[in-house]
Amino acid sequence: MLMISPRMASGMQEKQYTPSLLSFFIYNPKFGPREGEEEKKILFYHPIEIEKNEKIRNVGLCEAIVQFTRTFSPTNPAKSLHTQKNRQFFHEAEENYWMVMVVRNPMVEKPNKDGKPPTVEYQEEEIIDSVYGSVLQQCYCMYKLFNGTFSRAFEAGGVELLTQKLEKFFYRYLQTLHLQSCDLLDVFGGISFFPLDKMTYLKIQSFVNRVEESLSLVKYTAFLYNDQLIWSGLEQDDMRILYKYLTTSLFPRHSEPELAGRDSPLRPEVAGNLLHYGRFLTGPANLKDPDAKFRFPRIFVNTEDSYEELHLIVYKVRERVNVMDLNREFCEQLDSLVGPQLTLLASDICEQFNINRRISGPEKEPQFKFIYFNHMNLAEKSTIHMRKTASVSLTSVHPDLMKILGDINCDFARVNEDEEIIVKAMTDYWVVGKKSDQRELYVILNQKNANLIEVNEEVKRLCATQFNNIFFLD
Amino acid sequence: MSDEYYLELSENPVQFENASSVNNVFFDEANKQVFAVRSGGATGVVVKGPDDKSSVAFRMDDKGEVKCIKFSLGNKILAVQRTTKSVDFMNFIPDYPHLEFSHECKTKNANILGFCWTNWNEIVFVTDQGIEFYQVLPDKRTLKLLKSQSINVNWYMYCPETAVLLLSTTVQGNVLQPFAFKSATVSKMSKFEIELPAVPKPAKLSLSERDIAVATIYDQLYVMYLKHHSRSTNSPGAEVVLYHLPREGTCRKTHVLKLNTTGKFALNVVDNLVVVHHQSSQTSLIYDIKLRELDGALNVHQPVLPARSINPYKIHLTGPAAAPSQAPVPCELYSSSWSVFQPDIIISASEGYLWYLQVKLQPTLNLLQDKGKLMDFLLRRRDCKMVILSVCSQMLTGGDKGNLSVVATVFDKLNQVYKEYLDAEQAYTAAMESGPSRSSTSYKRPVRTQAVIDQSDMYTHVLSDFTEKKGVKHKFIIAVLMEYIRSLNQFQIPVQHYLYELVIKTLVQHNLFYMLHQFLQYHVLSDSKPLACLLLSLESTYPPAHQLSLDMLKRLSTANDEIVEVLLSKQQVLGALRFIRSVGAHDNVSARKFLDAARQTNDTMLFYTIFRFFEQRNMRLRGNPGFNQGEHCEEHVAYFKQVFGENALMKQATA
Repeated sequence: MLMISPRMASGMQEKQYTPSLLSFFIYNPKFGPREGEEEKKILFYHPIEIEKNEKIRNVGLCEAIVQFTRTFSPTNPAKSLHTQKNRQFFHEAEENYWMVMVVRNPMVEKPNKDGKPPTVEYQEEEIIDSVYGSVLQQCYCMYKLFNGTFSRAFEAGGVELLTQKLEKFFYRYLQTLHLQSCDLLDVFGGISFFPLDKMTYLKIQSFVNRVEESLSLVKYTAFLYNDQLIWSGLEQDDMRILYKYLTTSLFPRHSEPELAGRDSPLRPEVAGNLLHYGRFLTGPANLKDPDAKFRFPRIFVNTEDSYEELHLIVYKVRERVNVMDLNREFCEQLDSLVGPQLTLLASDICEQFNINRRISGPEKEPQFKFIYFNHMNLAEKSTIHMRKTASVSLTSVHPDLMKILGDINCDFARVNEDEEIIVKAMTDYWVVGKKSDQRELYVILNQKNANLIEVNEEVKRLCATQFNNIFFLD
Repeated sequence: MSDEYYLELSENPVQFENASSVNNVFFDEANKQVFAVRSGGATGVVVKGPDDKSSVAFRMDDKGEVKCIKFSLGNKILAVQRTTKSVDFMNFIPDYPHLEFSHECKTKNANILGFCWTNWNEIVFVTDQGIEFYQVLPDKRTLKLLKSQSINVNWYMYCPETAVLLLSTTVQGNVLQPFAFKSATVSKMSKFEIELPAVPKPAKLSLSERDIAVATIYDQLYVMYLKHHSRSTNSPGAEVVLYHLPREGTCRKTHVLKLNTTGKFALNVVDNLVVVHHQSSQTSLIYDIKLRELDGALNVHQPVLPARSINPYKIHLTGPAAAPSQAPVPCELYSSSWSVFQPDIIISASEGYLWYLQVKLQPTLNLLQDKGKLMDFLLRRRDCKMVILSVCSQMLTGGDKGNLSVVATVFDKLNQVYKEYLDAEQAYTAAMESGPSRSSTSYKRPVRTQAVIDQSDMYTHVLSDFTEKKGVKHKFIIAVLMEYIRSLNQFQIPVQHYLYELVIKTLVQHNLFYMLHQFLQYHVLSDSKPLACLLLSLESTYPPAHQLSLDMLKRLSTANDEIVEVLLSKQQVLGALRFIRSVGAHDNVSARKFLDAARQTNDTMLFYTIFRFFEQRNMRLRGNPGFNQGEHCEEHVAYFKQVFGENALMKQATA
């Protein structure tokens, strides 16, 4: 599977190729320690067509690099390998279980005169380690969410079961990786929270508690509205990946047809568009259907300690519930209990949503765009990104600016102190990165003739208006 | 079983000499006094009031059989009726002549049915031909007619609480004419007709005074009519029909209490509840007219609780016949010798006892399953507080784990009452502050009834025990606490800090930090300095608490000093300085505090920066970079010189 999407760049004849996935494999050196048994190490290899010896070579190379770098930094071996044509990312997901992702660098193809083969220029510096490193980790988390850990599968059914599971999962999952549109948000893996007043929030709390009390099968509940999280009974790390799944995979799949206004920023849900009855997004499509299958995807949470296996029920108007065990009776009970109450709550929230919109004022293009992220609660806010869809996450700014954001983020990651970085981009944009305690803010300003002081003032103003209720050092 | 009886007779009854051939017993509803008249008064009259102090004993001449005997208010004047034509009076005011004087009714050929005192010196004679309202002049030993009214009267009934007199008129007796008395005036209220179950032919007196009672319920005057079961109408049993008698306006039939049985009944009103005693089954029923069952102009009520007998009562025999060790004997309840008076009095003349009827609330817990209805019922009772709190405890920790929606309903009902009180209190305070100049209406301080269950009651008696309880799922505990906070918020009642503390404690105990984080994120736990400090203390177990705390302090905007302290304690000296500068308070902070903190970091460059900052500040404020004596920075100046040399000190600008 090759994903090359040519894009028109500056020159008419030049062809630009975005980063793409070259290969992806998972191995465990302990499974084939002796010579001649190397193949046993390989648990999964994509693309599958690759010849066996090459697979073994590639795996061996990765192993060697990691081993080699370990001598310099025993606890922190190499995370990536840069080459002219591609970049490799290593991730030890579980002890001795290594995941490797090889990404081809973006390149520009310049045609030559006289029928000579075109010259290819690799843009080695365009790829940011932290972004793709995070993508790789996400792959593991997503696998773990639906399959549990590697070691559990191995304990349960040996290498055979594990490879089966890996193949089943990654065969489909890798097709949904859109490496060309990965950016800073993948590093954060944040959650967008729905702003809500205290009273409505408490009503939702009360609703969730009642549902969990009357339906004892419901173990945890998460409540979302408009792709934004309001309440999570799950722990933060589990919620983070589940949120990713819901907002980038499940929800878009169910709402793709009704998606018309893609280009307006940040999910403009039409107020009147609310469903006045609930339906299941996982499990039975229609409860009335006598042949309806009551099968829900299984998910694994709290893998660190209690290791719970649950069923995932997603019930819309705007809500989702997690449960242990299910049948028709349960679904009907849930439907009748949750449906009407939720419709009521939804109208409350909708009202709040409209108030929020009114406060934010008429939708005129602001002078600035920003990304905010808080490491403590994973709260994320972006006015740069358009609606997330199953296929791509669209940004409204030039990739070069996104690259600058990524670089600033890397700088921040290096030190623990609060800092601020102001960059003047080539294209008259100013880019400002601020880090205060566990929060990061990235602002892109479009002010052609502004000087450094003015930009600084502008960002201060932004902080005062947008973030006045949090402690943000200026 | 014993906790099933929800009605009881008062512990300390008024005892008097039981009625006999030589001893006549009278009861005055106005003063609640029992008169024991021996031999027409010649061998003594003993008057026992509701408390021991108000008992009076005296002698009077036997001038014939006493028909009615009553003191005026405050035991000032005694009135005795012995004939149908006149009433005799005796002064009980000290220094006034004790001699009896008599007054004949003014209307010729009229028979006095009885009389009522409406004041200490005002009295109404009720005759079969009307009423005569007099002022008694004790010093002159005469009566002065204030007002009279002609009307045919079958019988009368007087409600002393409201000073309303009810006269039964017309042949059938079912047209009732009320009069209201107030300091020397009498006003005629609009008359009304009691609907009889069947109209007799030929017409005859059909409404008996035995079937009518007058009482105030929820501060409103009601005429209660015991409508007996009649075969002609299809009603399955007798009913009590309540007619609301407003001060002004017309009297309307407003409530019907279904008795669902037939027989002999008696009525009491206790704690705004209508109690119906049924003699043949020896049980009583209670009705709350505010418990709504159906909509509509006329409310039809079923008994609140299943029928139960009055709690069995034992009499301690006294007197010479009783040995001291003798066991108390059970008292016969619902005896035919009982007389029932409004609002809550039961008298057994043959045994010489006067009891007050009382409602016990504790048994209602188990008798009324619907917790919402139970709360409605309890909130209107006088001594309800502890019972309500025990309902809450039982609901949360009892065997039958109340489901959350019931908990929510109960909390909402409690907080509704709580909020009403808070509002009234606030309105009162506001009115007081605005001064008497503005408000001509005098505000009364709102009375805090027992039904006002505030957060501290809830915390002390219910929630703190509940959260400590073993075997209760923490999920349920948190759900309950959140439900209470939700309810308080819904009624816009500010939540007290200790409730937040309880929530946090519970969450921390169960390691539910992420939940806590989300609550704080949505400001469910309102900002306050104590809460911010509590969060700071959690930092070691949950690092994000630090950020949450700082955010909270920032939002409070009155906690800048605290923020500086927190940052300095984290050795974020520069951050602290930048913060204090951003809020414009850097001219007033203590330089020493910052320099101390900077020294502790062992970062000489940081120390240099901070030192230079304050030198510049001094320069700006005083034109001299040096520190003042009072700032106690000598030690730091010395250190600075030692590290960076004397020349590094900022020079004073020379002109």
